[in-house]
Amino acid sequence: MHTSVVVIGGGQAGLAMSWWLTRAGVDHVVLERGVVGQSWRERRWHSLRLLTPNWMNRLPGAPDVGGDPDGYLGATAVVDLLDGYARSFAAPVRPHTTVLGVRQTVAGFRVDTDGGPWRCRAVVVATGTEAESRIPALAAELGGDLQQVAALGYREPDQVAPGAVLVVGASASGVQIADELRRAGRSVTLAVGDHVRVPRTYRGRDIYRWMDELGVLDERYDEVEDLARARRLPSLQLVGTPERRSLDLATLSAAGVQLTGRLVGVARGRALFSGSLANFLKAGDLKQARLLDRIDAHVGGGPVDRPGPTPLPAAVTELDLARFSAVVWATGHRPRYPWLDPCLLDRRGAIRHEGGIMGRPGMYVLGLPFTRRRRSNLLAGVGPDAEALCGHLVEHLGRARSAA
Amino acid sequence: MSTVESPVVDNGVNVEALLGARQALAEAPEAAQFRWRARCEWVNGTHSRTTIHDFSGLGAEHTHKSSSVIEGDHPEVFASEDHGPTPTETVLAALAGCLTAGIAAVATNRGIQLRSVSAVVEADHDIRGILGADPDVRNGFDGVRVRYEIDADASRADVEALVAQSQKRSAVFDILTNPTAVTVEVA
Repeated sequence: MHTSVVVIGGGQAGLAMSWWLTRAGVDHVVLERGVVGQSWRERRWHSLRLLTPNWMNRLPGAPDVGGDPDGYLGATAVVDLLDGYARSFAAPVRPHTTVLGVRQTVAGFRVDTDGGPWRCRAVVVATGTEAESRIPALAAELGGDLQQVAALGYREPDQVAPGAVLVVGASASGVQIADELRRAGRSVTLAVGDHVRVPRTYRGRDIYRWMDELGVLDERYDEVEDLARARRLPSLQLVGTPERRSLDLATLSAAGVQLTGRLVGVARGRALFSGSLANFLKAGDLKQARLLDRIDAHVGGGPVDRPGPTPLPAAVTELDLARFSAVVWATGHRPRYPWLDPCLLDRRGAIRHEGGIMGRPGMYVLGLPFTRRRRSNLLAGVGPDAEALCGHLVEHLGRARSAA
Repeated sequence: MSTVESPVVDNGVNVEALLGARQALAEAPEAAQFRWRARCEWVNGTHSRTTIHDFSGLGAEHTHKSSSVIEGDHPEVFASEDHGPTPTETVLAALAGCLTAGIAAVATNRGIQLRSVSAVVEADHDIRGILGADPDVRNGFDGVRVRYEIDADASRADVEALVAQSQKRSAVFDILTNPTAVTVEVA
């Protein structure tokens, strides 16, 4: 089978690229291991809603999401959105097609799949970041009696063994799961490392409205001071709820969630926690204050109803693991590319790229954190990246043709 | 985005060299492997003398410009002769030294001129642990507190952020707050 471009992945990134390719008149296919929006179907807990409000979530060429512009879509609504989007321009999605390998050929690339090979002249990797959970090695040292659940596999509190739960990680996933378990009456301990605290709203507007207006989300990969850090920054401590409430360590602590430092070891049946919690809480408060200062400066006003500093809980450096029935790993996830030439990857197995342009001409990646801009991995942020990379790709096809 | 020109500051830290090293070592992880060394001799009683002279790193052996000697002893209230600080106090010195170096480096990188930096480090220690008087009391500290007084061309929030970032990048802070595997053997 021949086509000009193979897009791997039928989520928001692959579909946004497909829309731009369609518009440019470039023939292509979108290979999807399951069906459109597979990760949104199988890897989300039931209560999950987008962190970004509806007004932001516009895909290329698509109308507004509709509904309350300040509301937050649930995962099934996102699936419907992506399904409708794919149909709206007849995206050439090949469902249930798993990529087995991508190889360079004289004429371009050969993409091997479980449905046969595709020959093409450009490849776009749009497989997202959730191939596997990032679980610390010490998980293997926890006793067999302890249920272990990764955030990608978490669905609802009833799935978690009755009793006290240790949630590890305090980005959006960790705080949301800790909050839901606590509201379900569980005793919850939350192990906290580096995190990004932001209020849901400030001065009456959603924090994303402000970040959008300040240009924070449009910061470019080649402008940001420490790109490596920006790319691995934990997700914002946010939850999308109808009442637009803030969810941070202060609110969790007030609700009775026990906060500890990072889980750093297991010894003699005890979980060991880092003594660095105070600094992470302070750093989170300071970083939040800097963002709110920028908003105040932007509107030319003084601080208004600022969230208070996170109270420092009693120091806990170790806990008996026997008191827990389950551990939830909200320690992040990572992509895997066993089907890519290893020389396209760095030592950690991540794709080497410059703003989405990979080391091999004709290969592109999008949908990763800070691919091109801070908004790159947001549903609403992948469109502009797709446009820019599609432009580069079309030029590449033109060059390849004139050289042939 | 507008570019804000950082004011020229001089805290005596060669930040360009540090940033250059970071970039170079990211690509050469072998060269980033250092080994620190201290050599200790028992003198008498609880008094010992530790000399610090050489270390390895960047694929080579190195020596300090001069050797340093750290006496270790216990005070008279411990029925010792007090020839020097207790090793626990030396740990506090290490923490303060590490955090303060970090503050100077981060300040320079952020364009903050320091005028004075001082710190008091205190550790709470229930010595029933080391005396074996109560098996429920640990040998080490219950907690450590560091209090900085910093005079700098920066807002209070910026100074606090400086101190926070210094902790995030401090070796001794990490050593004290996280477990480290230690093996002790007899040659």
